[in-house]
Amino acid sequence: MTRVLLRLLIGLVVLTGAEAVAMARPQSKAPGSVKPPANDDCLACHGDAGAVRANGTSVAVKAPEFAASIHGAGGVACVDCHTDLATGAEFPHPDKLKPAQCAACHDKAVAAYETGVHAQARRSGKNLTAAACVDCHGTHDIKPSADPESLTHHSKLLDTCGRCHGDEEIIKRGKIQIGNVVDLFRDSIHGRALTRSGLTVAPTCSDCHGNHDIRRKTDAASRVYRRTIPLTCGKCHEGIAREYWTSIHGAQVQKGSPLAPVCSSCHTAHEIRRADMEGWKVTVIKECGTCHEESIKTYRDTFHGQVTALGYSRVASCADCHGSHSIVPKSDPRSRVSDANRLQTCKKCHSGATASFAQYDPHGDPSNRARNPLLFYTSEFMKMLLIGVFAFFGIHTGLWFGRGLQMKAAARLRGSGKDDSTEDGR
Amino acid sequence: MSASTPAATPVATTHYRRFERTDRLLHGFLMFSFLGLAFTGMPLLFSHERWAAGLARLFGGFAAAGIIHRFCAIVMITVFVIHLSRICQRLFVGKDLGILWGPASMVPQPRDFFELIGHMRWFVGLGPQPRFEHFTYWEKFDYWAVFWGMGIIGGSGLVLWFPEWFAYLLPGWLFNIAMLVHGEEALLAVGFIFTIHFFNGHLRPEKFPMDSVIFTGRVTAHEMIEERQDELERLTKLGRIDELASASAPQWVYTLGRSVGAVAVTFGLAMVGLILFALLTK
Repeated sequence: MTRVLLRLLIGLVVLTGAEAVAMARPQSKAPGSVKPPANDDCLACHGDAGAVRANGTSVAVKAPEFAASIHGAGGVACVDCHTDLATGAEFPHPDKLKPAQCAACHDKAVAAYETGVHAQARRSGKNLTAAACVDCHGTHDIKPSADPESLTHHSKLLDTCGRCHGDEEIIKRGKIQIGNVVDLFRDSIHGRALTRSGLTVAPTCSDCHGNHDIRRKTDAASRVYRRTIPLTCGKCHEGIAREYWTSIHGAQVQKGSPLAPVCSSCHTAHEIRRADMEGWKVTVIKECGTCHEESIKTYRDTFHGQVTALGYSRVASCADCHGSHSIVPKSDPRSRVSDANRLQTCKKCHSGATASFAQYDPHGDPSNRARNPLLFYTSEFMKMLLIGVFAFFGIHTGLWFGRGLQMKAAARLRGSGKDDSTEDGR
Repeated sequence: MSASTPAATPVATTHYRRFERTDRLLHGFLMFSFLGLAFTGMPLLFSHERWAAGLARLFGGFAAAGIIHRFCAIVMITVFVIHLSRICQRLFVGKDLGILWGPASMVPQPRDFFELIGHMRWFVGLGPQPRFEHFTYWEKFDYWAVFWGMGIIGGSGLVLWFPEWFAYLLPGWLFNIAMLVHGEEALLAVGFIFTIHFFNGHLRPEKFPMDSVIFTGRVTAHEMIEERQDELERLTKLGRIDELASASAPQWVYTLGRSVGAVAVTFGLAMVGLILFALLTK
């Protein structure tokens, strides 16, 4: 009897111990099933660098790499991710297993991912190579994002996204409409700050696009949806965003205008350059002109507009007079070009400007009689003068040319052509 | 015109003097300042053209082109002032009223109208070639076109150069007009000089490839007989033709004139080509 009790006791202790070991794992397995393989069991085969499938592709797992990964260090078992082996299968197990089940632990991240553009592309079957968890995070070597070695570390993410979004071949094959954005971004002020200056405060892809729930810009829930862009940029550029919302553009965007510009309309999304660089200053004028067609037309007729069209930014461009982020209509007393403020604005460059000087119309339109009557009539006069002179002398010259040729030919016929005496031919 | 002094030594009259050295020199400065102004100014007027940006870069950027433009403007204004002072001198010091009216005057006169009609009739075979005097109607037009152009373009150019200063005298909206007029007149001047003037002076079949008179200051006796019968007759009658008789200019003057002329015509026609390209591909 005592021996029976003792056996029971020992059995209980052993069972409890086994239970405790099982509990220590993140996932407890259904009791009574076949004992799942331990990591060492898996590595018995997969630890061999030469381990391959029937079709020759590698199934090797580098044990030290896994051990150094967040999962390895945290004691996660192979079968915690490769769940279909947890219930114990015949070994060697079949070639085809379910993908690693990240959602078993990372359910929130996966749920977010499922709402994003990558999951959508996979679901729709349009692009089966669209990024899944492992494409960004790696497989057995996953490190936490805070680790500088991690594929998703702030300084590494650009390259990670760039494995697809910076690869012309993949972009073409996956029909990624936006094109090679990683290359564009690398040369932007953000990209340079990030990659060349090593500034971790500079944004990388995820700062604007989010990480797991990356959505199309046409999706109203996207961080880069038109109306949301000022909020996204404003996370860092808080002062500018505050100014922007008080501007006519900001107000229009808030009202739901599909035309009023947001940050990226002028600054672009991925190629953002320093605003004080010559190239940018002259290109952004064209951007204003996409909506303000009339204004850019008249601007190009002025010295300011001509010089910037030649590619030089030393003269006034749109923002120099109208302001940029805080732009308001001329009728608004805050406007830099309002009647009260205009002279001050001219004086920024023309220090000696007077009230009379400021009567100059920087958007004078020679074809607009109501706005610039004298300019209109002068222009009409000049047109008539030019047409008149060239028409008259065109005819005059044409007739003279014909007659001259005729005379020459006649002289040659008379045999005096050799005597080239009308020319002072020394 | 100086007092009658018969030629001391008889020379073989192969040529007659037409332009004084100072006038030829002034024309030379005018040519090069005009070319400089055209090539640095047209890029602004056609700033949307790729060639315009290229030209501006060639001059070292818009700022450098602006400096060259203003330098050439000073040269041209100086030429204009010297020319005006020479006219004043002839008029007020030399009491030469002939520059105001008559055959030696640039002032348009009734005979210019008849010359024009006669010339046009001759073009189409309706009459004989008219006889011409010292200045033909087209030469007068060339002269006054440039004269008017200098005033308008020069004046508006100065306003645009010193807007803050001119704003003390003029209302600011006049700068809009100055800008328009400066560009349109420049287009007229460039178009006219590089096509009509080149044709009248050099490229027409009678003169092709060029007339050297503005460089040598002399016309051949043959040209005098063929093209300025009335002047020849008048001067012969007055007995002053011998004053103008001269030998040919030295060879180097011809060589220089041809080279300078060829350069100017080449650049001028190239500019016309660029402008036409811009207008036609607009």
